Amino acid sequence: MTSRYVRPYGDTTGDGMVQMSLTVPVPHGPKAEGAAAQLAAKMGIEPAMVVHSHAIGPDFTFVVVYGSVKHLIDLDEVKVVEREYPLLSPTEINTSVKKSLRRKMVVVGACIGTDAHTVGIDAILNIKGFAGQKGLEYYRELRVVNLGAQVAVPDLVKRARSEKADAVLVSQVVTQRDAHLLNTKEMAAAFREAMGERRPLLVAGGPRFDPLQAGELGVDRVFGRGTTPGEVASFLVHAMSHKEKVA
Amino acid sequence: MTRALLGLDQGTVARARELAAAAAAPVIELAKAHTTVAVERATLRLAGITGADSTHRAGDVPWVNRVVDTVRDHCGLEQGSLLPVFHALREHDLGTLTELAEATAAGQVRFALPEGKDRDRAAKAARSAVGKGMRQVDRSRAQRAKLVEKIGDPQQRPWIYLIVATGDIDEDVVQACNAARAGADIIAVIRSTGQSLLDYVPEGATHRGFAGTYATQENFRIMRAALDEVSKEVGRYIRLTNYASGLCMPEIAVLGGLERLDMMLNDCMYGILFRDINPIRTFVDQRFSRQVHARAGIIINTGEDNYLTTDDAVDAAHTVTVSQLLNERFAHEAGLPDELLGLGHAFEINPDLPDSFRMELAHALLAREVFPDAPLKWMPPTKHMTGDVFRGHLLDGFFNLAGVLTGQSILLVGMMTEAVVTPFLSDRDLAVANVRYVLNAAGNLAEDFRPAPDGFIVKRAHLVLDEAVGLLERIGRDGLLKAIAEGTFGLMKRPPEGGKGADGVVVKAEEYYNPAIEMLETGATK
Repeated sequence: MTSRYVRPYGDTTGDGMVQMSLTVPVPHGPKAEGAAAQLAAKMGIEPAMVVHSHAIGPDFTFVVVYGSVKHLIDLDEVKVVEREYPLLSPTEINTSVKKSLRRKMVVVGACIGTDAHTVGIDAILNIKGFAGQKGLEYYRELRVVNLGAQVAVPDLVKRARSEKADAVLVSQVVTQRDAHLLNTKEMAAAFREAMGERRPLLVAGGPRFDPLQAGELGVDRVFGRGTTPGEVASFLVHAMSHKEKVA
Repeated sequence: MTRALLGLDQGTVARARELAAAAAAPVIELAKAHTTVAVERATLRLAGITGADSTHRAGDVPWVNRVVDTVRDHCGLEQGSLLPVFHALREHDLGTLTELAEATAAGQVRFALPEGKDRDRAAKAARSAVGKGMRQVDRSRAQRAKLVEKIGDPQQRPWIYLIVATGDIDEDVVQACNAARAGADIIAVIRSTGQSLLDYVPEGATHRGFAGTYATQENFRIMRAALDEVSKEVGRYIRLTNYASGLCMPEIAVLGGLERLDMMLNDCMYGILFRDINPIRTFVDQRFSRQVHARAGIIINTGEDNYLTTDDAVDAAHTVTVSQLLNERFAHEAGLPDELLGLGHAFEINPDLPDSFRMELAHALLAREVFPDAPLKWMPPTKHMTGDVFRGHLLDGFFNLAGVLTGQSILLVGMMTEAVVTPFLSDRDLAVANVRYVLNAAGNLAEDFRPAPDGFIVKRAHLVLDEAVGLLERIGRDGLLKAIAEGTFGLMKRPPEGGKGADGVVVKAEEYYNPAIEMLETGATK
């Protein structure tokens, strides 16, 4: 049984030992070490041992600190955010698409309106990917159609229909006069009108979007800054299998 | 470095080269038969067009884009852009190419193909202007040689290669100078995400990028000047690297030549496979850019490491060898000698596999012995860096050891925080300390390293070479474009008619005129 209150474990239960490394913008010397020890104390590491320091150039010092934290962890108060969908590996995603669709999932991506910034959509779709993760093109069971920049909404709807898209991803970087919000709403409305309930999953992404806006914009999901291809792919798999069950 | 630890059959190596040359031949013909908007823009940059139209509603549009697009509208690019441009300059009695560009933007210029005496006059003026640019490239090369002579090269091999990427050129300068003081011999400034897909080169000093800094002529100049200063301070010539890839490959090559960059990432297939750029566009642009690099004395770095991050590093090891042979062939054809061929490869085998390090040694030695005179670029683990920074630091140590043991020439320093954060100041410092420890402790271990003639390493290297020959035979039968279309490299399928930038490719007419290409091929300066 794990007890409710715990401390970090070094080599003895309850010793609270942690290690930390940091760089301070102070020339190497006793002052730099003292500065690191002071910070450690403020962080609750007391007593703190500066076990190593060395100069990085004339103005910085790298310091390694070991020490015991006085804080307690109350496990009852640990609130873990449950992701509504599991983060899957590329292999798991491929397997899951194969199982649920028994064909490749078709993903159509575009920058809509006058926005020429394909950075976002390319980071998600190009095999080069983003943050060390490959883009959706890398997934064997996804067929990706990247329409690129400045795609008009009617063209996007037409193409999504002819490609039999399961999901449509649009990215919007430019936010002048709320262009990203207006364009996304226009896109959602166009799909609703043209295809009704049979419309593909709609996903909008961009650095200035708030994920809570999905309902208001009429899309299934909104991704904000720092989203990785794996998160998007995992969501698509989750949403598709959910849709299958409902339908 | 000439060593023969693997006992490779020289007949097999020669056969691999012949097959690569045969596979490349039709693609080279294709490259010669076309021009692209980017080649034309690069030539106009050599001829002296600089700057951008800042009044355009879409933001700054470089003058070269304005001019080439307008020439294309009026009279096509089949004969190149130079004749119509220099004819118009005379017809409209304009003093400079900038004035011509401004008049073009204002809609005052009607471009047409000159004939007879007019054609001769335009050709002569174009040649004289392009010659000036070419001589500037030659001067940059001579100045590099002079500085290397005066300040000196790094004392050790491999040269230590470090990356900076803040998005702000001024901040990059601070980081680059500190990296040089910490031991870097080569600084690479990573480009802003997605610059490879821009069909124009941004202008001026830039201070905001996405996970990197825009490659611009002014940014090149600023960084080179800063590195010249720090070179004197640290007593070795610090080389500067950027990326001649993507839709503006030829223009970046020209700007790098003018501003004395020392190395350029430049791969024959990377843009096709990983950026979905049209294959024909890539091969045409690549040939021109490599001719410029040859002229400028710029070492190219090829991108074979990327295949291993997408495909399995064991199963796909031979695709690296095949790509290296193709890169070598395309580079030789464009006039690059072996000493400017920084062929790439990487330490990307899953560390949980038994004998992973022995396989890494086999692959690294294979590259070393197949390309004995090329400055090979050895790339650190990225795919199996998990965020466990302690394990990552150990892996980087083994990567460094493999590098010195197999005589690699350029070592890209691995960071333990790969895939976690952009490197902290301390990450870079610890990474360089890792390299220094290995160099100091084992830098000469290669002298004692003799893999057993029938041992695991030798057998593995022979197997990979045989697989490479097998794949080259298949490519020879089907053609390289088909192999690319079928996903042979890095698992990506790219048909020759698809991809970005396809509309910028133009079939050359018999009367095509481009003095830059001739000067690059003959070495002429006028």
